[in-house]
Amino acid sequence: MTAAISADGIRQRYGDVQAVDGVSLTVEAGEFYGILGPNGAGKTTTLEILEGIRKPDEGRIELLGLAPWPRNPKLLRRIGVQFQASAFFNRLTARETIRTFGSFYGVGPKAADAMLERVGLTESAGVMTDKMSGGQAQRLSIACALVHGPELVFLDEPTTGLDPQARRNLWDLLRDINAEGRTVVLTTHYLDEAEVLCDRVSVMDRGRILRTGAPAALIREIDDTVRISVESGQLPIDTARELLTAAGAETTSLEDDGVSLSLSTRLPAPVLSVLADRGALRGLEVRGATLEDVFLQLTGREYRA
Amino acid sequence: MTAEPTTVAPAQAPAPGSPPPAERERVSAFASLSRVMIVAFVRDRSALFFVLLFPLMFLMLFGTLLKGASSPHAKVEQVGAVRVLDSVQGEARAGLEQVLTITKGDDEAAALEKVRKGDLDAMIKEGPDGKVVVRYSAADQVRSGSVQGIVNSVVQQANQAATGKPPAFVMESSQVEDGSLKPIQFLTPGLLGWAVATGAVFGAALTLVGWRQKKVLRRLRLAPVSAGSVIASRVAVSVLTALVQTAVFLVVATTPFFGLKLTGDWWLIVPLVVCATVAFMSIGLLAGSIAKTEEAANGISQIIVLPMSFLSGSFFPTDGMPGWLEAISQALPLRHLVTASQSVLSRGGGVMDALPTMGGLLLFAAVMTGISWKLFRWED
Repeated sequence: MTAAISADGIRQRYGDVQAVDGVSLTVEAGEFYGILGPNGAGKTTTLEILEGIRKPDEGRIELLGLAPWPRNPKLLRRIGVQFQASAFFNRLTARETIRTFGSFYGVGPKAADAMLERVGLTESAGVMTDKMSGGQAQRLSIACALVHGPELVFLDEPTTGLDPQARRNLWDLLRDINAEGRTVVLTTHYLDEAEVLCDRVSVMDRGRILRTGAPAALIREIDDTVRISVESGQLPIDTARELLTAAGAETTSLEDDGVSLSLSTRLPAPVLSVLADRGALRGLEVRGATLEDVFLQLTGREYRA
Repeated sequence: MTAEPTTVAPAQAPAPGSPPPAERERVSAFASLSRVMIVAFVRDRSALFFVLLFPLMFLMLFGTLLKGASSPHAKVEQVGAVRVLDSVQGEARAGLEQVLTITKGDDEAAALEKVRKGDLDAMIKEGPDGKVVVRYSAADQVRSGSVQGIVNSVVQQANQAATGKPPAFVMESSQVEDGSLKPIQFLTPGLLGWAVATGAVFGAALTLVGWRQKKVLRRLRLAPVSAGSVIASRVAVSVLTALVQTAVFLVVATTPFFGLKLTGDWWLIVPLVVCATVAFMSIGLLAGSIAKTEEAANGISQIIVLPMSFLSGSFFPTDGMPGWLEAISQALPLRHLVTASQSVLSRGGGVMDALPTMGGLLLFAAVMTGISWKLFRWED
C-alpha cells in the first residue's frame, strides 16, 4: 500500500539558520503520527514542507503517492490542513466560515453544517469567528480542515492554549477521526498528548529527527530509570549520597531543591531501603520513565511545555 | 491502525449530469468568495460609510453650497414708487424677476443699513427729479455690477420706448454648452471618480493584506481554489461596488434639487467606471503588496488616493494648474476618468471620447499589476 507520506532528505535554510536539516520520514496510511519537539525545533517548517506550502531547498516528498510541488489540486482535495493560528475570513460567523470552506471542495451546506455539529459548535454557529473562545476557534479550524473528508490530515499544535477540559474533548475528536481511517499527522510540544494519541512519534530538535518510534518503545528504549522523590529536610543530601553509594545504589541524578529530595536510578530497591532505614519516606513518589525523559535524554534540553 | 483510507467517503458525491467537478467548483469558489467579500463589506460599517455615504455627503454638501454661487441673482429693495420699474409688467416683469428679487419698502435708512450689512445687494429709489438712484455695496462686485447693468438696461429700454421708435440695434445672446457653469455638472463626475477610486484602492489593498495577515491566503493555497477565481471574485465585488456608487450618485445628482442634466451617451459612464475600477484596484494591489499590516495598507492607500483626487479635479477644476503639475495629473488614472465622465455625462461626449480613456485605464492596470506581481508575497 502507498505510504501516506514519504519524505527523504528534506533540508530548508533561512538565512544562517538551518531550520530543517535532513529530515526523512514515512507515515503509513491510517497512522496517527506525532512530531514532537521544543519551540524552534523545526516542527512547523517540516509540517509546512510536507503540506506543500513551502518548497524545500533539498529533498523529495510524496503525499499519497503524489508530489505536492508544483501545487496539485487533485492532491489538495485529499488532504486537510489546520494551522497554528486559525485562518478565518473577516466578519463571518462559524456557520458561514465552514460553508465557505466547504464550497471550495464542492461540499454542500448540509454536509458543512454536519461537520460543525460533529465538533460541537452547532450552538455557536451564529457567533462571529473573532468572538469565539480559543477552544471554539480551534475546533472550527479543525472542522474546516475536515469538511471535505480528507484522507490525510495535518494539525499544527492543535491543543496549544486550550484549557484541560477543551484539550481532552479535542483528543476524543482526533481519535475518532483517526479511527475512521484517516491518517493524522500532528505537531505538539505536549509530551502527554503525543503519548496518549500517537501510534508513532518523531522527536525533533535543531532541524533533525533524533528518534522515531511508538511512544512506549521509545520509553522502554531509554534505560529503565526510575525517579524517586521524598519531602525535603528528612535527609541531608550529602548523607544521602554517602549512604546510597555505600548501599551500591547508583544514581544518575541527585538533587534537593528545598521542596523535594529527588533522584533517578536504575536500581530502585536499594534506594528505597536506604530511605526506609532512615525513616525518610514522607511524601514518597516513585514514577517510571515518560516521554519527557526520552525527550530530555535525546535533546539534552530543558523541557518547556 | 490498519483501516483503509479508501473507506473515507467524500462528503458529497457529484450529482449525475452536473458539469465536471473542476468546472463546477471553480464557479462555486468564485461565487462563495464573492459572497464572503460582500458580506464582510456590508458588515463593516466604517467601510460602508467611507465608500458609499461619505462621498455622497460631499456631493450633497458641495452641490447645495455651490448651487447659487455662480448665479447673478441679486436681492434689491425698492423704496417708494419707482416708475421705470413699476411700469415693467407681464412677461417682461417675469424675466426681470428671474435675475432680481425686488422687495418693496418705505424706510430708506433701514434699506441702506441692510445693504451695508450685505443682507441686500442694492437699494433702488426714485429721486425728486425722476432720476433712478441705485445704492449698492461693493462687497460682491459681480452682483453689484449685474444690478447696475440690469437697472441701466431697464432705464434705457424705457427711454427708447418713450421715443416711440423701434430700436436701431438689438443684441441677441444665447448660452453655449448647456449649463457648463453649473457646479453639479463637474461635481458629479469629479466626486464620483474620487468615490470609485477610494472603494477600489482600499478594497484591493485591505483584502490582500488582511487575508495575508490572517493566513487566509495560505489556507486558500491549500484548497483546490485557483488564483483566477480569487482574483476574479475580488474584481467582481469591486466593480459591483463601483456601479452601486455610480447609480447612487446619478440618482441623487439628477434630482430636481441638484439638477444634473445627463446628455446623450451618458451610459458610457458604466464601461468607464468598470475600466477605472480595474485600474484603481491595481494601485491597491501594489499598496497591499508593499504593506505588511492593515494599518500600513490604509495609510499607503490614503497617501495615494487623496492627492490623486486633488490633482485629478475631483473636488475643483484643475484649469489653473502649473505645467509640471498638469504633467503629473495627466499620469493619473483618476484624471482621465474624471475628464471622460464629465464628457459623457454632461458635455454630450460619445463613444470616441470614452474609448481611448478606457484603453488607457486598462493599460495602466496591466503595468501596475505587472509591478505588483514582482512584489507579491503569499506570506509575511
